[in-house]
Amino acid sequence: MLDDFLTRACLAGVGVALAAGPLGCFVVWRRIAYFGDATAHAAILGVALSLAFSISTVIGVLAAAAAMAVAVSMLSGRGLAMDTLLGVASHGSLAVGLVAVAAASPRAIDVDAYLFGEILAVTRTDLAVIWGGAAVVLGLIVWRWPALLTATLSPELARGGGIDPEREQLAMTMAIAVLVAVSIKVVGALLITAMLIVPAAAARPFSSTPERMAVGAALIAVASVFAGLGASWRWDTPTGPTIVTLAVLFFAVSCSLGALRRKAG
Amino acid sequence: MRLIAMHGLSVRLGEQLALRDIDLAVDRGEVVTVVGPNGSGKTTLLRAMVGAVPPAAGSVERAPGLRIGYVPQRLHLDATLPITVARFLRLGARRRNGSIGRALEETGVPDLAGRQMTALSGGQFQRVLLARALLSEPDLLLLDEPAQGLDQPGMAALYRLIGAVRDRLGCGVLMVSHDLHVVMGATDRVIALNGTVWCEGPPVAVSSASEYRTLFGEAAPGALALNRHAPGHRHTPEYGCSTTS
Repeated sequence: MLDDFLTRACLAGVGVALAAGPLGCFVVWRRIAYFGDATAHAAILGVALSLAFSISTVIGVLAAAAAMAVAVSMLSGRGLAMDTLLGVASHGSLAVGLVAVAAASPRAIDVDAYLFGEILAVTRTDLAVIWGGAAVVLGLIVWRWPALLTATLSPELARGGGIDPEREQLAMTMAIAVLVAVSIKVVGALLITAMLIVPAAAARPFSSTPERMAVGAALIAVASVFAGLGASWRWDTPTGPTIVTLAVLFFAVSCSLGALRRKAG
Repeated sequence: MRLIAMHGLSVRLGEQLALRDIDLAVDRGEVVTVVGPNGSGKTTLLRAMVGAVPPAAGSVERAPGLRIGYVPQRLHLDATLPITVARFLRLGARRRNGSIGRALEETGVPDLAGRQMTALSGGQFQRVLLARALLSEPDLLLLDEPAQGLDQPGMAALYRLIGAVRDRLGCGVLMVSHDLHVVMGATDRVIALNGTVWCEGPPVAVSSASEYRTLFGEAAPGALALNRHAPGHRHTPEYGCSTTS
């Protein structure tokens, strides 16, 4: 069954979607979309790193994304506005990364694959990495759910309840880095943040509790993957961007229905 | 019974010494109110009592097994996070069946369980926060400006509620307040804070003490006549009867 590249693409997409949906809710709740961008763009630096040292791309990307995440977390609140800092980090790592990839590879390599993903070229090994990473992210979220949620709701409440909000934030940050590392092959560095934010935002109008929003986001992300793969197959469009386009479509529909319902209610 | 005691406590926030040399204790069954100008370390004091900030010097001694119910100040919930009152109250702990309904009933908002937290009014929000603190059946309630954003009748009702909670649970209460004159009837002891304990005593005494007036300047809120006959308070010669501003 895994011999079919479309099956592998579906499985890879579903793996990323299941983890990105719930994790994306935290990105939305904490308003750290730009932080997600910076972490994702650092992935290109990671690609250069792995080319230069001939190590696995996943390891290189994970190291770069994690380093970026920790660096930005530590630099925040030290004078520069967070917004500015993230802008520099996000675009800086993308530009430097692209330069470094060109410098590190002896022959011309297809950078597009890292920027936009190559879901139709997912191998069995990639699948194992993607599902392994997704399981780590989902496991972390399920395991630490009450603490993560309390720390996200209010750091003060968390401290009052014996939870260290900074530790929870670090866990969240590392989860984003892991997801970036395993999903670069599926949607690429430029569109990973979209898979985090768009399904979560689409789930918001129809959620009354955080749990429902997390499950809803995962379902919408999975639906986007299937619909996007189908549409890309039918109209021969680039797959990663098509998946994100479908997610945005779900978002638009959900927001319109939510607005209608509010008017009616 | 002594619930918590601070001995020579100092707390440093960054470069600044936010609290210095605090000696303070709260007993079971008493309501203590901390007043002080902005930046006087009121919130830091509460956070030190919870254990969220470490002492730079001195110590915080808690009774063994002390359960603290803490209601922080300025809790802002992001509208992107959907959460009902019931879910909010269940957050972070397993609650016994029916305990949430009882807590909401006790704080006077029994019908809010299904509402979104972000749809509550200021008064409802504060009551839900109080209900959350009560769910852990605390020995000590720490309330950081529980009456913020409420009008005068709302404040009075909230302080009555806090008094009733103290009577039922027999817990100790330490709360931070801006307006001494509103809280006077509801408190046993007042601590005027300005980085350190400026003065301390029964409400009427503190409000008329010269130290308190120095701390708050001429605009110091005076005592209201109705609080003059607070039970247990004796008019002592050094405080006189200058309890009106």
